[in-house]
Amino acid sequence: MDWGAIIQNSFRGFIGEPFIYFSLAAMGLNMHYGYTGLLNFGQAVFMAAGAYGLSMAVVTLGLNFWWGLLLGIVIFPLLLALIMGVPTLRLRADYLAIVTIAASEMFRIIARSPSLDRWTGSSDGLTAFANRFYDFNPFDKQKRYFFGLFIGNQMWVVLVGWIVLSIVVLIVWMTMRSPWGRVLRAIREDEDAARSLGKNAYWFKMQSLMIGGMFGALGGMFRAIGTQSAQPQNFITDVTFFAWVALILGGAAKVGGPIAGAAILYGILNFTDVLLRQLVENGYMPEAIMDGTQVGQVRFMMIGLGLILLAIYRPQGIFGTKEEMALDDR
Amino acid sequence: MTAEPSTAQELFDGVPYEPGAAKNDPILVADNVRRAFGGLVAVDVEHLEVQRGAITALIGPNGAGKTTFFNLLTNFDEPDTGDRLFEGNDLSGVSAYKVANLGMVRTFQLTKSLSKMTVIDNMRLGGTEQAGESFFRALMPFLWRRQEAEITERADALLERFKLSHMRNEFAGTLSGGQRKLLEMARALMVRPNMVMLDEPMAGVNPALKQSLLDHVKGLRDEGMTVLFVEHDMDMVQEISDWVVVMAEGKIIAEGPPESIASNQAVVDAYLGSHHGSALELEAD
Repeated sequence: MDWGAIIQNSFRGFIGEPFIYFSLAAMGLNMHYGYTGLLNFGQAVFMAAGAYGLSMAVVTLGLNFWWGLLLGIVIFPLLLALIMGVPTLRLRADYLAIVTIAASEMFRIIARSPSLDRWTGSSDGLTAFANRFYDFNPFDKQKRYFFGLFIGNQMWVVLVGWIVLSIVVLIVWMTMRSPWGRVLRAIREDEDAARSLGKNAYWFKMQSLMIGGMFGALGGMFRAIGTQSAQPQNFITDVTFFAWVALILGGAAKVGGPIAGAAILYGILNFTDVLLRQLVENGYMPEAIMDGTQVGQVRFMMIGLGLILLAIYRPQGIFGTKEEMALDDR
Repeated sequence: MTAEPSTAQELFDGVPYEPGAAKNDPILVADNVRRAFGGLVAVDVEHLEVQRGAITALIGPNGAGKTTFFNLLTNFDEPDTGDRLFEGNDLSGVSAYKVANLGMVRTFQLTKSLSKMTVIDNMRLGGTEQAGESFFRALMPFLWRRQEAEITERADALLERFKLSHMRNEFAGTLSGGQRKLLEMARALMVRPNMVMLDEPMAGVNPALKQSLLDHVKGLRDEGMTVLFVEHDMDMVQEISDWVVVMAEGKIIAEGPPESIASNQAVVDAYLGSHHGSALELEAD
């Protein structure tokens, strides 16, 4: 058993690239669901907006990298929020849920359509659009950094990711202590009450959808930059639910909840992955129970089991407060 | 009946006791307001004026359309036809939140205290024109800190008045039913309304708190606010209202001071059915 590899991989999951993508996506969901009560089951489409905003700007339209950032972080998510929000935010929460889940599937299916090959690169997606990003890389590509966890390019992605994530955390923390955040929480509790006190609930929900969507787009963009590719397959429905798992695990309506959730989720995924693989390789795991090809599935079963236990024994998430949850029952 | 003399009675000098009567100084006027749900006409009010500075009660038997009419007056529902004027502003097509900003604030039959927010945050929410309610300014606390302090000060004063100060930092969800009613009323006052609309303020309130709630409602009038409330509790209607409007089957069937209502034949018919006067013939064995 190579315990060094197990610890190293778990730690990498804790702070590495997937942690960053899903933290950002879950921060967005926290804005939507945790603070405003919006049910967004299509965070993947906001993530795709970030990835395709950048890659289409650079590859398809031939614009420079900076325009790509503007398109991916601001313009695409804003348009998406408007398209999905205008018809649904005046209605009950379920309608947004339906529209978001449909939109994320529609986008993925349209993006991989061969007839749009010229625009989206169909199922192969678009590649090599982030060279400009790596031009700024101060790290040596050949060397390993941070306890040997990341090679130069990865280190650069992860470092910028941490910085962006910190800024997002700061934004959420500050706005949620402000009157703006107070209105969002009031809308989550009771939209009509907020309206009766003169708050334009519709517009506040729209802002929440836009801003949470932008956080999601940042997550998707990092995923695209980290792999230098934007593919439809990277934005399947599972991606949305991974972000939800991170949010529920950490605790909704807590600033740090999504981050803790994403870190724990990927820490455990990596830990169990390497652990199970090593157990199989070293013959500790009887073939009758599982073989090496089943590791991927088994670790998700374990995560599922963990979530069930969490839902039973700690429904408020790791960082949530039980007293707050209990108020619903009254 | 221990009706105290109302202090706003003189506002109604010369107003006839009849449905749709013109008031001396109406703050809210409804004209031909009609709302149907499918084939059921819930509200069909020809004309109603609400006197400024008085407490008006809206009563009627169950299913009379009181709450629907109330929702139409506060724009939480749109009428099929008809106009509503509040302080001369036509409310047609105006969003509910804008009505609040015009100075008409409502409460709800099922109290809407925001349970996962503290009592003080519930109160602060009511402050109008808050600079910190813009996303970008929210990121710059120095732009709204002073206003926030002012709002908090006002909120604390209101909590003191409504005897909720000791609950200031508790979640609103931990309050009792009656306390929630008080909180909702106090929160409505944070908007600095000219007119307060109360939807069944006494529903679910224990008798001990009732008197204090009544006093608070009277207090609103004494501060110059107009109050319109929907209520089932006839004691409350008799005790604090200056004027009573009676609805039945979606229409206004009577108006007048509380004393005149109990003896009004149309009202008695609406509540008890029109045949109650005919002698019951019991056959004695």
